[in-house]
Amino acid sequence: MNPLIIAGRTFRSRLFIGTGKFGSHDLMRQAIEASGSELVTVALRRVDLDKNPEGDPLISKLDPDKVVIVPNTSGARTAEEAIRIARLARAAGSFDWIKLELTPNLHHLLPDPIETLKAAEVLVKEGFKVLPYINADPVLAKRLEEAGTVAVMPLAAPIGSNLGIRTRDMLEIIVANARVPVVVDAGLGMPSHAAAAIELGADCVLINTAIAAAADPVGMAKAFAKAVEAAEEALAAGPRAPRATADASSPLTGFLWQKENR
Amino acid sequence: MTITVNGKLRPLSNEKNLAELLDALGVKAAKKAVELNGQIVPPSVFATTPVADDDQIEIIQFVGGG
Repeated sequence: MNPLIIAGRTFRSRLFIGTGKFGSHDLMRQAIEASGSELVTVALRRVDLDKNPEGDPLISKLDPDKVVIVPNTSGARTAEEAIRIARLARAAGSFDWIKLELTPNLHHLLPDPIETLKAAEVLVKEGFKVLPYINADPVLAKRLEEAGTVAVMPLAAPIGSNLGIRTRDMLEIIVANARVPVVVDAGLGMPSHAAAAIELGADCVLINTAIAAAADPVGMAKAFAKAVEAAEEALAAGPRAPRATADASSPLTGFLWQKENR
Repeated sequence: MTITVNGKLRPLSNEKNLAELLDALGVKAAKKAVELNGQIVPPSVFATTPVADDDQIEIIQFVGGG
């Protein structure tokens, strides 16, 4: 595969990790390390002034020399809210990468395409490197690319569902038409899902729940890393194309019972 | 005098600026974003940004997320 480059930055790993839901910051740190990931996402929330006024030390456990830290706009229901969160993220940490995550319905957490496009247009103009989380809509993916996002992030299945790739046909269309990297994000549950995403042509995958909520997140992170690597190596090895009918593994001649005029 | 911080009403005692307010609340300022009446305030001016009666303040941090 060609090297993975997003917004001018080269990534050696095609596995990105979300930092939510880990049992502890230490586990999170170990899982990120075990995964080899060079990009992690974080979220923004109010400081809990009653229970933890000092603040959550999560951000101090991430090494910006090793990973690109990408805040998300999770919680936003409208373009206005997403833009506000993005600007706050930049003010708090000088991060100008932003995962646009705009989900008005808390039950299915599917992204609002209209608000996402509106927010992307504004944030691109303000100099953000925008990675929009979207349903696997090829038309929307193109519109966002044309608006100047540095990647597109179509979902495999709803956030946290671990259902695997439920949008394959549409992902294939997106991959065929994209001129920016395609990150399959959300719903991947097992390493085989991540491998399948890479094998169908996605540039990388973003995994959170499947790793963080596993009984052994570090073990699962390693497994996902192996799967992504396996898919990359398979593609580099020049896979033979599938066909509709059988193609025998051994010659159809020289059978033991072959008669002269068979 | 009262202000609203993170959606809750609080009395404003001696804190004259955002830096003093964060200190009084026990908030570590590093890697936090602060909004004062809907406007983002850069950390470099926390100490020189006054806090007044009826101000609405949001103190935001990074947490885990996907």
